[in-house]
Amino acid sequence: MSAAVTHPTAMTPESDNFLTNSRGFLSWALTLDHKRIGLMYLVGVLSAFGLAGILALILRAELMTPTQMFLSNQQYNQVFTLHGAIMVFLFIIPSVPAALGNFLVPIMLGAKDVAFPRLNLCSFYLWLVGAVFFLTAMLATGLDTGWTFYAPYSTTTQGPVVAATLGVFILGFSSIFTGLNFIVTINTMRPPGMTWFKMPLFLWATYATSIIQVLATPVLGITVLLLAAERVLHIGIFDPQYNGDPVTYQHFFWFYSHPAVYIMILPGMGIISELMSVHSHKSIFGYRFIAYSSIAIALFGFLVWGHHMFTAGMANVTTIIFSALTFSVSIPSAIKVFNWLATMYQGTVKLNTVMLYALAFLFLFTIGGLTGLWLGALSTDRPLHDTYFVVAHFHYVMVGGTLVGFLGGIFHWWPKMTGRMFNELWGKISCAIVFVGFNLTFLPQFILGSRGMPRRYARYVPEFQELHQLSSIGAFILGFGLFVALGVLLHSLFRGRRAPMNPWGGATLEWQCASPPPYYNFKHPPRVNEPYDYTGLRYRDAEHGWEYVHPESDKVSAPEATPETKPASN
Amino acid sequence: MAHELTHDDAHGHDEHGHLPFLAHHFEDPEQQFDAGKFGMWMFLVTEVLFFSGMFCAYALYRSLHPEVWTFASQFLNEILGAFNTIVLLFSSLTMAWAVRCAQKHQRTGLIVCLTLTLACAAIFLGVKAVEYTHKWDIGLLPAGSYVPQFIMANQHHEGISPWLIRLSILPALCVIGFGGWYGWSVMNKRKYAAQIAGPLLITSLCYFLGVGIGIAFQNAEASNHAVEHHAEEHAEGEHQHEEEGHGEDAGYHQENEAGSDHALAASTEEHAPSVAGELLVEENVSLVSTPADRLKAVPITMVDQPGGAGLFFSIYYMMTGIHALHIIGGIIALTWLLVRAVRDDFNELYFGPVDYVGLYWHLVDLIWIYLFPLLYLIT
Repeated sequence: MSAAVTHPTAMTPESDNFLTNSRGFLSWALTLDHKRIGLMYLVGVLSAFGLAGILALILRAELMTPTQMFLSNQQYNQVFTLHGAIMVFLFIIPSVPAALGNFLVPIMLGAKDVAFPRLNLCSFYLWLVGAVFFLTAMLATGLDTGWTFYAPYSTTTQGPVVAATLGVFILGFSSIFTGLNFIVTINTMRPPGMTWFKMPLFLWATYATSIIQVLATPVLGITVLLLAAERVLHIGIFDPQYNGDPVTYQHFFWFYSHPAVYIMILPGMGIISELMSVHSHKSIFGYRFIAYSSIAIALFGFLVWGHHMFTAGMANVTTIIFSALTFSVSIPSAIKVFNWLATMYQGTVKLNTVMLYALAFLFLFTIGGLTGLWLGALSTDRPLHDTYFVVAHFHYVMVGGTLVGFLGGIFHWWPKMTGRMFNELWGKISCAIVFVGFNLTFLPQFILGSRGMPRRYARYVPEFQELHQLSSIGAFILGFGLFVALGVLLHSLFRGRRAPMNPWGGATLEWQCASPPPYYNFKHPPRVNEPYDYTGLRYRDAEHGWEYVHPESDKVSAPEATPETKPASN
Repeated sequence: MAHELTHDDAHGHDEHGHLPFLAHHFEDPEQQFDAGKFGMWMFLVTEVLFFSGMFCAYALYRSLHPEVWTFASQFLNEILGAFNTIVLLFSSLTMAWAVRCAQKHQRTGLIVCLTLTLACAAIFLGVKAVEYTHKWDIGLLPAGSYVPQFIMANQHHEGISPWLIRLSILPALCVIGFGGWYGWSVMNKRKYAAQIAGPLLITSLCYFLGVGIGIAFQNAEASNHAVEHHAEEHAEGEHQHEEEGHGEDAGYHQENEAGSDHALAASTEEHAPSVAGELLVEENVSLVSTPADRLKAVPITMVDQPGGAGLFFSIYYMMTGIHALHIIGGIIALTWLLVRAVRDDFNELYFGPVDYVGLYWHLVDLIWIYLFPLLYLIT
């Protein structure tokens, strides 16, 4: 390989850059390029996040006082339903797999695209149609069932349950097709030399997530379909008025929705595995353990749905079994946390924006995980069930874990996606504000919950006011921090320095691809070595990036900057 | 080493130009085929889990209310169910044959096999339409619309059900449309268009063949039943059931014939009145007249509660209805294959889509193989 090939400043020519190789609205709307689809998903899920985030701020503002400020009880129910449903179905489930996963999976595999590019575009449009369906239904008439659609309330309320559940059905198939695509891509399109245990850990996490998407989501599909049929035809499966059993609905629902919790967190864990190793500049500790623990979490995740229903009146033996199985999930989760810590130990830890987000993840996710033990234990779950303790617990995992991990991932791969470097100082500031705001929001909620404040209540006794006010102030700080992070990213698009090929010194394949990548990614499948072997990488001041100095051309190859022939365009 | 590899790859790359079916992101036809086939298997896993929710509901409610299942299942016509099972099994054979034809690049054989598969799918739907509409006519509906006193009300519909006519509008339009297209293409000597329109016309006509077979079986069985029943009554009725009423009895029998019940008539003297349906007929129907009285008179079981036995029909309609939607999806996929087969897209190197749709079709068949005994063959 000639030096020119791996030269980090070799810019992608305008005609090849995936962002600019073709122009016009249709070149994006009908694209089959996984990178463009990933970016469209990114814009989509972040818009959904913005909307649901504003709803959260409305809720927190209402809770500043124990009495009514501007939302009636009914409106409060509608707003928290919208907040939860949008966050879960439109943001957090598609966030990492569909946005970052679409962008990264083929590039990390050295492939040109995912296995089924048309199916990939189809799942984006399913997401879009589902989102439009879902939002118009809920905004038009106001759904107030909560995001879980529990029967029998959902079978009797006047809200637009049928339209909303059909929206969920469509979104579910979007998720299934994304997962299916990734499983097939990872199974059949790995490049020569990339065995299963030479895959980047992000791919392992994506693979585990995809297994859950393919196995669990269809059950949600049939559940919401039966719920819609219950409302239209009164089939009597969930509705006690016709001899149905509402607890059956809960079993069906949580059989999907508990594994879905791992759809939400596993990709975040995959991101952190990459971030920890690259920014500590040290090989990941316990690669196989992290890889296996992803799969273990995916499989255990199918066995623990009952812990959402400890108070629903299951048999005692059943609750004990579900409780024990729930504790078993903490083993693979703890393995991951210990391995990340061990990776940092004696590494060259760079406290840049990306690493700060990764550390915030580690801290917040651990709190979220440990507080889960109280909820998994039967005796403590009885008083804590449906209190703010639960709210705080899952926000620590979903926001402190997934959202912070997602942000870390966006900052980490931003130079690769857009070809621009962001402002480090403001990036760090955004991370600090997010971290402080987040903890101020949700730490008081643990206390509120343990003192008996029930969730989903619009009013509360005056004794709780101080803690609620702390939480509300924290929420606005958190919102401001996220706004700063968005500003940093947008600013970089216009004023950012051009990104080198490898700004962080990563050894996985995406860093051997130009920034931003050409639309064909790699002209030929690159040959690969260990994904976390940093020997031979040196920092070049001139280019502000890393490159291989030893001409071990045999081990590492990179795409040629200019292909002699243009492959068939999409 | 690296150079050689690059060279090989470049060679592989060049071949893209000669294989029009190879998508740009795959290295060779084998990788493309493997990816497609694995993808279809994953999709089938999804489908199995999609149906699993309903199988769970079935298992749960059958174990909670076995008497409902025993009672309600006798209103399903197992002759029609068995006929449809045979039709689907035959269609699986023709589908597998179609895959073989595609692999051997036998264009005519492929078109014939796909046509046969499509025809079987249409026959299946025709028979299913007869079964459904008959039940709607006599009030065997999901729990919310189900009325337990349907046995007493004489709602048996003579002649062709209006529901069946409504369901047949779309197939009738298909017959007219494809017939016109076929005639046009034959007159204008459009060979390819005729090869597509012809099979589709046959398919649409086969729906009506299915409807005809369904009605024929249903009527044959009903009259068969009536004869058997009369004979039985004359032989045993006098000394066994002196108290049996007349008006209600006749009403019941008419219903019973319509519901094509073997078990009930045969078991009147052998079984203890454990089956709720029997109990209801034997001891009460002849004695009491209003549903309210009847509910007071019998020990309450699920069968008698409002909507009680409707639970079975809820699950029956959900399972077979979603299965029928999958058959319709299969028809669309098979039509797509037919168009491509006429275009001669498939050959020894490229037969993936036929294979994938074949896998899907076998799964739809397999689900029916489970549905048939679980719903129809409960004694």
